[in-house]
Amino acid sequence: MAAGSILETMNKATAAEIAADEFARVVAQHRPQIFRFLLASTRDVDLAETLTQECFLKAHRNWSSFRGDSSAMTWLMRIAINLQKDHWRNRRMRFWRSTQTHAVDLDEASEWLPSGATSAEQQMLAKEQVRHVWKAMEGLSERQRSVFLLRYIEERELSEIAEITGLSQGTVKAHLSRAVGRVRTELGRRQ
Amino acid sequence: MSLWEKGKEFSDNSEHRLDSESQDLILDQNLDEALRNFKLSVDAWSETAYSTRRVAPSIPHRNWRPAAAWALGCALVASSVSGSVYQRHERQLEAKQAAAKLAAQQKQAADLKAADEEDLLASVDSEVSRQVPSAMEPLAQMAEDESK
Repeated sequence: MAAGSILETMNKATAAEIAADEFARVVAQHRPQIFRFLLASTRDVDLAETLTQECFLKAHRNWSSFRGDSSAMTWLMRIAINLQKDHWRNRRMRFWRSTQTHAVDLDEASEWLPSGATSAEQQMLAKEQVRHVWKAMEGLSERQRSVFLLRYIEERELSEIAEITGLSQGTVKAHLSRAVGRVRTELGRRQ
Repeated sequence: MSLWEKGKEFSDNSEHRLDSESQDLILDQNLDEALRNFKLSVDAWSETAYSTRRVAPSIPHRNWRPAAAWALGCALVASSVSGSVYQRHERQLEAKQAAAKLAAQQKQAADLKAADEEDLLASVDSEVSRQVPSAMEPLAQMAEDESK
């Protein structure tokens, strides 16, 4: 009986260690992606970092309840989207919303380009395009923006986006279509 | 129109709508390029921000400054308060010493004065006591004669 309980305790400890290792691996693997998605959503490095930390904290608390029905990435992305939604909802309650934002402006956000671009003219063109996409994103609803980023930044399949956002594939398609339409319109203004 | 025909019409329209939405998703070259650049830009920004924060987080630096300013401010306030308290204590000590010195001087002067007065009285007494017995001498003589 006593030997049995010791064995049970040891099994539990081993299971906890395995779960901790597994979670650490998930963090290492997906943290940069969650941060990138939140950064693109908010254009605020501090906020993206805070929300990423909150996301993994929440994931850690609920790790035991994660059954693996969906991928860990899908599960984490769903948490991140909900946190972001909560954050904006809470912010709407404050008057100093606009004064407290640390989001960078469009020009600053468009400055980031990989060094691969060849000529100065091409770089200018690329920056201009990026600026127009950011501008178009400003006019999107929260949901449209999330869907757009999941598709074109995170390169997720429509079925996966539907799973993350809890929407049907048809609705995801419609949101994506509107978002892309807006980007196209914005790019059309440039020409 | 039968129910089946209505259903088919709805289904055809839905397919048509989905087709047009799908067509919207077929990106032209310009849009494709813009979206590719957008992804590259976000990737570059995110990687830089992420690695900068992981390797050399800037928040502790920002937090360190107000803490140091507070510590310095507290030290300045504490030193100025303790300085003024020390000065006040020194002044009180000096005042006490001066008062004690004055009191000692006053006491010494009073003692001297008292001693002078005693000397004077003693000299007066001695002079007066020498005169009085000579005045009584005849009476003392008479007393001696009667006894003989």
